[in-house]
Amino acid sequence: MRNNRNSTQKMTIAESLRLTIRQEMERDKKVFCIGEDIGIKGGFGGAFTVTLGLSEQFGHERILDTPISETGIAGVAIGAALSGMRPIADVQYSDFLFCAMDQLVNQAAKLRFMSGGKLKVPMVMRAPGGATTRGSQHSQSLESYFLHVPGLKVACPSTAYDAKGLLTSAIRDDSPVLFFEHKLLYGSKGNRAEKGSISPVGEVPLYDYTIPFGKAKIRKKGKDVTILGKLRSVYTALEASKTLEQRNISCEVIDPRTIVPFDSKLLFNSVKRTGRLVIVDECTKTGGWAGEISALVQENIFEYLKKPVVRVTAPDTPVPFAPKLENFFIPQAKDVVKEVLKLF
Amino acid sequence: MNKKLLLSMHRKMLTIRLFEEKLNSLFLQGQIPGTLHLYNGQEACAVGVCENLNDKDWILSTHRPHGHAIAKGVSLKSMMAELFAKETGCCGGFGGSMHVGDINKGSVPAIAIVGGNIPIATGVALSFKMQKRKNVVCCFLGDGAINEGAFHEGVNMASIWGLPLIFVCENNLYGASTRIENMIGVEKLTDRLKGYGVKSFSVDGMDVTKVYTMINNLIKKIKSGQGPFFLECKTYRFVGHSRSDTNKYREKSEEIFWKKKDPIIRIEKKLAKEKILDNLSINKIHEEIKYELNQAVKFAKSSPHPKILNMKKYVYA
Repeated sequence: MRNNRNSTQKMTIAESLRLTIRQEMERDKKVFCIGEDIGIKGGFGGAFTVTLGLSEQFGHERILDTPISETGIAGVAIGAALSGMRPIADVQYSDFLFCAMDQLVNQAAKLRFMSGGKLKVPMVMRAPGGATTRGSQHSQSLESYFLHVPGLKVACPSTAYDAKGLLTSAIRDDSPVLFFEHKLLYGSKGNRAEKGSISPVGEVPLYDYTIPFGKAKIRKKGKDVTILGKLRSVYTALEASKTLEQRNISCEVIDPRTIVPFDSKLLFNSVKRTGRLVIVDECTKTGGWAGEISALVQENIFEYLKKPVVRVTAPDTPVPFAPKLENFFIPQAKDVVKEVLKLF
Repeated sequence: MNKKLLLSMHRKMLTIRLFEEKLNSLFLQGQIPGTLHLYNGQEACAVGVCENLNDKDWILSTHRPHGHAIAKGVSLKSMMAELFAKETGCCGGFGGSMHVGDINKGSVPAIAIVGGNIPIATGVALSFKMQKRKNVVCCFLGDGAINEGAFHEGVNMASIWGLPLIFVCENNLYGASTRIENMIGVEKLTDRLKGYGVKSFSVDGMDVTKVYTMINNLIKKIKSGQGPFFLECKTYRFVGHSRSDTNKYREKSEEIFWKKKDPIIRIEKKLAKEKILDNLSINKIHEEIKYELNQAVKFAKSSPHPKILNMKKYVYA
């Protein structure tokens, strides 16, 4: 099956990402992986199995295990990217990106600009996020932080098909890309299986394809309200839309796929038709992505809005540990239903 | 040491000194914007290192980068234009004093976050090794940088992977106003390196021939498969940390002590003693460099400002 590159295969997001890395490393010897616990025999293959087995094919020089040094991982990836390589760096939990903030924000994002366009930093930083009863330091959704950093691109795949197309684009992009993956969407297996996983399985082409950044996807067509969500929130929005359909409210669900660049055109066209917008997001509310999109919409197409834009996000607290509290923290379909109903 | 090499190193050190003196006077006249971290006194470090390198060997620099860039061959015109914030500058006017460099000369536009360049240098050296390039990387850092976490992570990773990298620590005794000896728990700065399994050396950073010879030997070791290495260059900045610093934290006697070691006077004495140059020809070199600098200033002044249009263009590749 693996050799038949014209066909498709059903797989999880973790499998799709692994296939992508494998194919890109086969295609381009400049591509390599760097991170903690990614290639150790008997290890996890990255925190969520994405690089499992790759060191057997590519060796430990190209699936390069590091000390627990996130600043080092990011810095080394930048240095390698500046000098001709295309590193795929990995932090086990996106929360650890904060350890590497100088490298990501002051270095990766700015080197091209500060050099007057003479340098490029073609690196991918993969970062698993999302709340999964691991407490406040292993559960955050950090996409909004990086939205605020000119120079970084931010991808958020929610399906196995998109995971491959977006990661392929990210690896081939000459700018640094933060690639956020949601722990409950991976479909990791064995002892890395996550309780409460959504684990979408989808047909993924074995052949080479890319999904361009800045092209959103309509996950469900509808005419009364637009619901925008990324990563896990795409599924929250879809679930809510089923309940709402039963009440004769037709929902259009949009998945941005990348938030930098963001496909405002597709969103505006949808909101112009529906006149209502609800943004669902696992990032905390204040200063977040949902607020940014809300501002963007009212600045540009205010006259089409029948009702104010609504944000259904995590509250302004750290991610709590207790499952009961975490459930409250994560935007749920019922919260979306409640807010949508208020618009009618 | 052959005559040609001595002359070349003399000219480069003098160029750096006169470039910065020119810069300082332009700055005080309000002709150039921003801030300046001058390198006066430390010229032997940059030149002694870079004289061993070719355009395909890379250096990484700091917030005090003028000397490194000039020593590595970045053109005076493009340097001056950058300081004047002009489009013809080595970074198109987008970098400024703290980010000068030219990748075509192997001078990575400088990184002004203390220690931030260290893991990046490790990455460049890793990439050279992966690509089987036979080049070396020299990462300049100040004494203050050894207390950054990035130093720890970058040096350790270079060590475990055995990379073709020399960390060149210019110990000028002070991080801004703070003496390094009060900020490290070891007696000597180089004691730190034992903990990383990185061989370290110290050299008189006021003597360009000694720095040159030391780096030359370390590069030979790297070519034979060893590395990384750490070299402490003991040096002194003759001026303040930055534009507003009047050095009130330093004893005058200390400044006088170090100024007697001025690396340029030292090499000029050597050149005279060895009858390579007489006073007349030394003066001639001074005049030639001053002329070149005046040309660079003219070029910078007559160059256009960077275009607002390009601001967006340079954010993403």
